[in-house]
Amino acid sequence: MIVFRDVEKGFSGKEILKGFSLEVRDGETMAIIGYSGTGKSVALKHIVGLLAPFKGEVEVDGEIVHKLDRKGLRALRSKIGYVFQFAALFDSMTVEENIALGLQRQGLPAAKIAERIEESLLLVDLVGTEKRYPIQLSGGMRKRVGIARAIALRPKYILYDEPTTGLDPVTTAMMDLLMVRVKEKLGVTGIAVTHNMKSAFTIADRIAMLYDGKVRQVGTVEEIQKTHDHVVRQFIEGRPEAAAAEAADAGLQ
Amino acid sequence: MQQLIFQSIIEALRAVGRFWLFIHDFLLGLREVRIWASLLPGQMRRVGVNSLPIALFISLFIGIVLALLSRYIFTGSVPMYFVGTLVGKSIMMELGPVLTGLALAGRVGANIAAELGTMRVTEQVDALETLAYDTHSYLVVPRVLAATLMFPVIVTLAIAVGLVSGWLTSITLLELSTQDFIKGLRQFYEFKDIWFGLVKSTSFGAAIAFLGCMKGLTARGGAEGVGLATTQAVVAGAAMILVLDAFWAVLLL
Repeated sequence: MIVFRDVEKGFSGKEILKGFSLEVRDGETMAIIGYSGTGKSVALKHIVGLLAPFKGEVEVDGEIVHKLDRKGLRALRSKIGYVFQFAALFDSMTVEENIALGLQRQGLPAAKIAERIEESLLLVDLVGTEKRYPIQLSGGMRKRVGIARAIALRPKYILYDEPTTGLDPVTTAMMDLLMVRVKEKLGVTGIAVTHNMKSAFTIADRIAMLYDGKVRQVGTVEEIQKTHDHVVRQFIEGRPEAAAAEAADAGLQ
Repeated sequence: MQQLIFQSIIEALRAVGRFWLFIHDFLLGLREVRIWASLLPGQMRRVGVNSLPIALFISLFIGIVLALLSRYIFTGSVPMYFVGTLVGKSIMMELGPVLTGLALAGRVGANIAAELGTMRVTEQVDALETLAYDTHSYLVVPRVLAATLMFPVIVTLAIAVGLVSGWLTSITLLELSTQDFIKGLRQFYEFKDIWFGLVKSTSFGAAIAFLGCMKGLTARGGAEGVGLATTQAVVAGAAMILVLDAFWAVLLL
């Protein structure tokens, strides 16, 4: 289980997370939605210790992430797969070398690594791309290799940072189905940061909306779809006039 | 004004803090021998082989200029075989290591800073960490050790080329015999002439790679941030060479 407790974080004097609290249960996929720049990715990076909170804490399987030593942090990271917004593939390595890197760190024998690479690429429909470099792949293919790299580790948790940003609608739908397939086949607990509501409704068991540094609402897909919270409604319906009205109320226009 | 001074002091203290933290992490990274040892040969090849042409090109012309310069200085006042002395001492103790170091501060330092800076801003460094690798063991240690080990080798070859070009210039343009050139070369020769230059070049290699890694890994933003980090790595590397040059002269001469 992953728990955020009153997490506060900011950069260059600007507060981003202002008491962010959220609980992600084992086996579920949680979508964190919210406007760009509200700190969704920042929250995600706290789970793997890439960022440490100013205040509050993030707990993963009973361990407080920012209090872990190097060894503890390494052990934690080995059970979490992270899919980056722009894939973050190592551009000097081929697809199979990208996937193999994490497996080598786990100390797996070469035969097992080859097997895992094949299985992972099969799951993301990219068999045959093993020897290609990231530069030779499309944006959607790179993101799928990013997922393959993450799932090859057989993680307990998988974190998706804006998995469909920048993709065309068809590729986005394929990515959504792929994330559902990963959950069904591997049974991993997932957190997906997105501002694509169609994706969120497809992949998530529960959805949390991050607004003004805190969770505005959290609930099942159905609860979020039927919500009466005007901020959440405005976001999921994508109504700019509501945002403008709210800004006017706040004296910003 | 007071606030500006206060902010400058705080920023300077932060920079010192970051530097010592980087050294601390580097030393911890050294402990993971299994990771950096496998990457070291590749880095040594990159630093060594790729840097040779520019190093040898520079030393070729240093030898020529030094021989001609010494004729200009010595004619009519000092026996001409001192051309060999001046060429030998200057190249072995000062110009070989320092000019090669300055050239490699541009080539090696910029290369490391640009590569790691790009990895940082494209989240490849974060990806490496989420795969349970230590950034210093994987990226910094092999580069710093490769430069530390290869710089003396490069400088040795550069010194050899400089001496040969100085000798060829002496016998072709200065009408000096080979015996006279060698007589001058051996006149005040001490073993220290060699190891002094090599000790310096070892420290230059370590400093250039270390600064390149540090600037690259702290790059922020995008292409502009990488460009800034690269420039800073070259400037800081060149300045550090001159500081170390004076340091070794005070300490060992």
